[in-house]
Amino acid sequence: MPLTMTTKRRLVTTALLAPASVWLFVFLVLPFIAMVVFSVGERGPAGGYQPAFTLAQYANLPARAAAYWNTLMLAPVGAFLCLIVAYPTAYYLAVKAPPRYRLLLVSLVVVPFWTSLLVRTYAWMYILGSRGIPNLLDMIGIADVRLLNTSGAVLLGIVYGYLPLMIMPIYVSLEKLDRRLLEASADLGAKPVSTFFSVTLPLSLPGVMTGVALVTILLLGEYLIPQLLGGGKVFFIGNALVDLFLQSRNWPFGSAIAVTLVAVVVVVLMVAMRIAWRISGTRQVDLV
Amino acid sequence: MTSAPTNDIEFRSVTKRYGAVTAVSDINLAVPKGAFVALLGPSGCGKTTCLRMIGGFEQPSEGEVLIAGNVANGVPAYRRPVNMVFQQYALFPHFDVTQNVAYGLKQLRPKLPAAEISRRVGEALEMVRLSGFAKRRIHEMSGGQQQRVALARALVNKPSVLLLDEPLAALDKKLRSAMQIELQTLQRDLGITFVLVTHDQEEALSMSDLVCVMSAGSIRQLATPQEVYDRPADLFVADFVGKTNRLDGVLEAGGAVRLRNGSALASSRSDLAPGAVTVALRPEAIRLSRRSDAAAFEGIVTHRIFLGSAAEYSVSIEGLGDLLVTAERHSQSENDLVAPGERVAISFDPGTAHIFPA
Repeated sequence: MPLTMTTKRRLVTTALLAPASVWLFVFLVLPFIAMVVFSVGERGPAGGYQPAFTLAQYANLPARAAAYWNTLMLAPVGAFLCLIVAYPTAYYLAVKAPPRYRLLLVSLVVVPFWTSLLVRTYAWMYILGSRGIPNLLDMIGIADVRLLNTSGAVLLGIVYGYLPLMIMPIYVSLEKLDRRLLEASADLGAKPVSTFFSVTLPLSLPGVMTGVALVTILLLGEYLIPQLLGGGKVFFIGNALVDLFLQSRNWPFGSAIAVTLVAVVVVVLMVAMRIAWRISGTRQVDLV
Repeated sequence: MTSAPTNDIEFRSVTKRYGAVTAVSDINLAVPKGAFVALLGPSGCGKTTCLRMIGGFEQPSEGEVLIAGNVANGVPAYRRPVNMVFQQYALFPHFDVTQNVAYGLKQLRPKLPAAEISRRVGEALEMVRLSGFAKRRIHEMSGGQQQRVALARALVNKPSVLLLDEPLAALDKKLRSAMQIELQTLQRDLGITFVLVTHDQEEALSMSDLVCVMSAGSIRQLATPQEVYDRPADLFVADFVGKTNRLDGVLEAGGAVRLRNGSALASSRSDLAPGAVTVALRPEAIRLSRRSDAAAFEGIVTHRIFLGSAAEYSVSIEGLGDLLVTAERHSQSENDLVAPGERVAISFDPGTAHIFPA
């Protein structure tokens, strides 16, 4: 019996989706299940995992409260600082920049990605380290300034490293904003500031929420920046995980921390999307 | 205080350039208070630029734009007593109907009390017959309804001039003719000056009191719709407004126009110097008959387009080329229609022919 059109189409759809589905299942779903299983287990005598069913690891979470605190404080604050810097930049690029130079300017935003974040963060280590800015300040008589290994240094690194990821979605949402809406607002008597807050900002909110969610989620798992710029003092959950899995070999506890982190990320994402939908009045998902 | 101006809008030698391109060149225009004016022309003729200069979205490069007697050059859009119905409406997608209509009222300082705002929004919605739609989202409404929301939003602040940028272009034919009547009624009732931009000559002729025909950045004719149609100022206007047959000819010293097939036509214009001219003739000014009487020309029908109440014929005339002829039908019988291939005689009253220098 020959295949009908609908069956053929279904087969094609299935075939096209198969690689991504298999990939996600093998490398995301299975590991996550393993992690959940590990998280209710016990640490083996020589480290690693030993089957059990206990919630002891979760009960032990407060032991890593500092990592959670740093992550849950610095990730949103970092994302917010990114937003403060990114919005005016994105606005300039999308609205004010001469169209001739727009493409050039937008590509400049992405240029830093051509160099590894590791290298760029090392550069900041030197700039903030004792031979960098503190050294210069010392020469003009301001002594003993410590920049490296502080929350400030970590935040600076975060803003520096994640700015392009915040600028892009905001740029996209501002760029497709219908200019006639701004004219209509002015036509109806709204001053520029009023137009910004009643039309431009609400309509670019999907981009803002995408940027904030994207940066926050990535920051929740950040390892490199706190490691290099925060020293041993300001560490994130990411650092705690490396520590637990590689040094202490306490896999069940590490898994419990990771599972909790995933739960936090999911909640953050859902709340952010809800807010964006409510305000913009649409159901479009604006992930870049 | 200046004395009450008689013109709501005035252009004094207005030129608008974008770099090397001149969009509007040296335009003078006066729109009387309470008039319904249509700026009509093909795309790129500068009509939208003119409208945007009234709205305050563009500033003239030279000359002055006056609104209600005051020079408006440099006055930002948000301080002008005019409101606009934008092409495709530009309604705020994140607001519902009420919030869209209330937007202009909420910008007023000192602030209006909430009760006053909701009363006036209610009035505006009632005016455009959308009272039941106050809480609807914009994307839940049809094109015709969105059009009415745009009208209500623009009229709620009681502007002295309402600007309409191709307001009916996005609507289907039936809705368009209904809205034409509605806009006209609204304008009469409110007594507000309407300035409409359109490329659709039928829209301009049917709604406005004054038609301003534009081409290549300048005004070709400013007159009543009837005058523009019956006495076009030049060949461009004759061609753009309505359908026109163009016949080449030569104006002779005696005052007659000799057409290419050798026949002569008495000229109605004494102001033209002898030389090459173009004769413009409306398709409906030409009579078509099967009988060969004292007809001006004879020809063969090559094509027929049936229009219902009338038919449009293409008649090939020896030595002259193809003429477009519109003939009304008087009865509903096949006898009323001429078939392609039939020989016909055509004639016209010389007074209906317009003669322009070629």
